[in-house]
Amino acid sequence: MTALLEVESLVARYGPTEVLHGIDLSVAEGGITALLGANGAGKTTTLRAICNLMVETRGEVRFAGARIDGRPTEDIVRLGIAHVPDGRGTFLDLTVEENLRLGAYARRDRDGVAADLARVYGYFPRLKERPHQQAGTLSGGEQQMLAIARALMLRPRLMLLDEPSFGLAPLLVQDIFGILRAINQRERASILLVEQNARMALALADRAYVLETGRIALTGPAAEIAEAESVRRVYLGY
Amino acid sequence: MQAFWHQVLSGLANGGIYAGLALALVIIYRSTHHVNFAQGEMAMFSTYMAWTMIQAGLPYWIAFLAALVLSFALGVLIERIVVRPVEDKPVLVVVIVFVGLLIIINSIAGWTFGYTPKTFPSPFPEGGWWRGAYLSAHEAGMILVTLVMLACVFAFFRFTPLGLAMRAAAQNPVSSRLVGIRVGRMLALGWGLAAAVGAVAGMLAAPIVYLDPNMMAGILLYGFAGGLMGGIDNPWGAAVGGFLVGVMENLAGAYVVGTELKLSVAFAIIIGVLVVKPSGLFGRRLITRV
Repeated sequence: MTALLEVESLVARYGPTEVLHGIDLSVAEGGITALLGANGAGKTTTLRAICNLMVETRGEVRFAGARIDGRPTEDIVRLGIAHVPDGRGTFLDLTVEENLRLGAYARRDRDGVAADLARVYGYFPRLKERPHQQAGTLSGGEQQMLAIARALMLRPRLMLLDEPSFGLAPLLVQDIFGILRAINQRERASILLVEQNARMALALADRAYVLETGRIALTGPAAEIAEAESVRRVYLGY
Repeated sequence: MQAFWHQVLSGLANGGIYAGLALALVIIYRSTHHVNFAQGEMAMFSTYMAWTMIQAGLPYWIAFLAALVLSFALGVLIERIVVRPVEDKPVLVVVIVFVGLLIIINSIAGWTFGYTPKTFPSPFPEGGWWRGAYLSAHEAGMILVTLVMLACVFAFFRFTPLGLAMRAAAQNPVSSRLVGIRVGRMLALGWGLAAAVGAVAGMLAAPIVYLDPNMMAGILLYGFAGGLMGGIDNPWGAAVGGFLVGVMENLAGAYVVGTELKLSVAFAIIIGVLVVKPSGLFGRRLITRV
């Protein structure tokens, strides 16, 4: 498998505070890569650094072979990288359907949008029932669905997902991870998944990285990392 | 009773001017949380541009449209050159820049066009409208033009992808960037749009108050009051607030305290509304669930 996203010696800082101290990682074309680690390890910052959002970076980020580091976020989105940020990034004041239409904003082919709405509603029937509801009044789970659906509207080649399980009931998390697997297979979207829920993430991913205070502490096939007893206890806490 | 309705309707006509200015203020407030104190002076300057073109022999409506386009461009330029550099500065810095902008535009207008009031033509016929009872033709035309403008702005925000992107950029800049919206460009467009909307208000007001560099001083206050009363974060509420202020101003002047004190009464009512409903009559309190 060739790498769709490659990150090399990536350093990221907020003002004087360096959060990532030079990390390497890659996401295979069509693959699902999990990025695990404790609170404050730099998982969210890694996703932001890839999109050049709110953080200063150094190092190389390549997407489909081309350098994208230093380019404006808005241009990176146009390459087909959909970032579901932490906190979900919902446009609370707008309706469900307006949120979804915004997801397709960067696309050049405006004609396909209606068909894509139907396709995306296919994954999330709960959203289909309430296209004109104000997004801020949705439940947490519905907002998470909306955030993933909004990202799908871009027809992304790569999805960056920041803790899709955050604050959701276990059953709902299972639903959402099931949908992510379906999306990965049917839409041919590669996924970089940031998670604290290591067990779920490792079951879904084919490759995993464990981040520890701004450095990659461990990497390997997801199954191996899930197996390794010592690793589990030290890094994943279960 | 006829006099009463006359007061109400001509209040609505004046209110249209306040509604336009309130809408312009709200468009900028929603995206930046700053109140553009120079909005009135920008509208005044737009009106002078229209006046210059009319003096040069252009037909009224051509000059009207050209003034809108020029105002839009000027609004964009002001955002890019003057406002952008102070965008993230403390609020006092921004306030001082806006006040400075007010004084600069006022002085440039005075220096270029002089301080003598000029007459500004109305595109509507003189005399009464529809049996002449309640409204002059200009007042009826003012209401009509204001309503058409409000409908256009509403349709733009509600039904076009660009309007949706501008609303999105105003409420969640980070998420907007993540769907590919160039937020800075949306802010500049908002300034352009506000300048054009304000220009309409200025051109409607000029035949009544006469054209001079200080013509918008009082109108800006009423527009601000209308915006606050309707809800400074809600364009439609602000427009309705503008109309209400116009009516209240007229009724207070005619029946309550006379013209000298009508401003005070209007403001007393506004303060009353804000005490009871701090977000304004139509200001939405956002419903969220965590």
